[in-house]
Amino acid sequence: MGVWIMAGITFREAARKKILWTALLAGAAFLLVFGIGLRFQISDFRNSSVPPFLRYQVVSAMLMIGLYTVDLLAVVMTTLTSVDTISGEITSGTIHAIATKPLPRWQILVGKWLGFVAMAGVYVAMMFGGAIAEGYWIGGVMAQHPVRGGLLVFLECVTALSVTFLFGTWFSTLTSGVITLGLLGVAFLGGWLEQMSGFTEGSRLAIVGIVSSLIMPSEAIWRRAAFEMESPLSGSLQFSPFADVSIPSVAMIGYAVVYLLIALAIAVYHFGERDL
Amino acid sequence: MRDLTLTVRRGEIFGFLGPNGAGKSTSIKMLLGLARPTSGEASVLGVPAGDVEIRRRIGFLPEHFRFYEWLTPPELLHLHGRLSGVSEALLVKRVPALIDLVGLTPHSDKRLQNFSKGMLQRIGLAQALVHQPELIFLDEPTSGLDPLGRRMVRDIIRAQRERGATVFLNSHILSEIEITCDEVVFIREGEVVTNRDLRAQHEEAVRVEVRARKLSPECVAGLGRWTTSVEVDEERLTLTAPSREPLPEILRHLVGSGAEVYQFTPQRLSLEELFMNIMGEDRGL
Repeated sequence: MGVWIMAGITFREAARKKILWTALLAGAAFLLVFGIGLRFQISDFRNSSVPPFLRYQVVSAMLMIGLYTVDLLAVVMTTLTSVDTISGEITSGTIHAIATKPLPRWQILVGKWLGFVAMAGVYVAMMFGGAIAEGYWIGGVMAQHPVRGGLLVFLECVTALSVTFLFGTWFSTLTSGVITLGLLGVAFLGGWLEQMSGFTEGSRLAIVGIVSSLIMPSEAIWRRAAFEMESPLSGSLQFSPFADVSIPSVAMIGYAVVYLLIALAIAVYHFGERDL
Repeated sequence: MRDLTLTVRRGEIFGFLGPNGAGKSTSIKMLLGLARPTSGEASVLGVPAGDVEIRRRIGFLPEHFRFYEWLTPPELLHLHGRLSGVSEALLVKRVPALIDLVGLTPHSDKRLQNFSKGMLQRIGLAQALVHQPELIFLDEPTSGLDPLGRRMVRDIIRAQRERGATVFLNSHILSEIEITCDEVVFIREGEVVTNRDLRAQHEEAVRVEVRARKLSPECVAGLGRWTTSVEVDEERLTLTAPSREPLPEILRHLVGSGAEVYQFTPQRLSLEELFMNIMGEDRGL
């Protein structure tokens, strides 16, 4: 019961944060620009001699770039909106009025986590759904497995959220925010290095990428999402930046799920043990 | 904290005093389970401090009450009531009455972001009472309140005692403590320095300053029946009686012995004077 009350109040609290509305505005601006870009591209194709097969691949690649933008926006928004929910409330003393109520501390933390999970879900559904719809209605292309892709982007957000919660129970808002964004940066760089490693046999870049993904699997989740969404032809032709040069395995997705659950479990444990 | 031993009796208003850094808020946090002691033990309402279920019977107003600013007072009280296990049906009846009790009915529709510090204290007090707890911890409940607000808090605290609740009050405003509390404890550097039962003030020793002429040696000697000490300095007489009870007798004795009494002033140390004497004026409040 306490978990759901906390989840509800956290969702409402998150929905009122300026950073969320800023991210929604940024998302709306992105969807607008993306839609205009798609329309212009389709219009230009009508007056060109580009074969239909190539047209489809170009618009598909545009859709993937658009979805990658949604992915970045969603992960950064999830991190920034949730970064002060634990550390900030401990610092301000807001947590004192809650933590003295008859509910175990794990319910407070898990309730807050669920509130932000719900917020990330709504955001991903809106933005991801918007980009997919624009790709279909304007560009005439559809992602191969849009639901799988959307769920994986959502999983990436939840992973970032769990890491943010983990550090939020240990450090100040600023420190935990810097650490989480730093880890996302490591994952971003590692993911692209691993992608590039696919062009050479036995590249040591792959090792760097794998280690980065083990430290923070967010980018690996995205690359799996891209693999699920890209058309097989486009992927095998390496037509888009997310072509299946180095595809994270299903085991890596399983690792990501275990990773976020462990991060959440440590956060729960430390929040339960620490002084408030 | 070190070697802190406290006993609070049920149904009393207990004042917890000490200078900044004495460990008052830390003690409350340990009793509420917000902080864990490195050693020692405490029980609250008969169970170990920090027990989750017992919190249904405990209310707490933090020193700086803050909460989500977009909530209105009824929303905040419903939320805290539900977290405390109060049914929605009960809250529907109880919340408007509580808001009225703390004088916020005209501000029921405002969001907390528009509240002054005093108004936040008032709604914070209401959230501490929403589940009608048996034990209420109030950390500086009158800070930020105007005199009317302080009076209101005082009345509410007394009403809680009448209801049978125990109130653990931490305040810097010693005059408020003196008026409100049944018992006070002074702590310094995590240790209890002394305690004082304010219900028994009339039984405490009292010093009397007397200015009188024609004080005969027999008259002064006769005061020994009611006093524990007598000092004479020309027309000034300072005597100490074990309680206030014999003061009329002493005055009658002086006048009956032919002394011309111009001044007869019983003096009792106020809590603030006592606090200063114990803590030292340089330590501050």
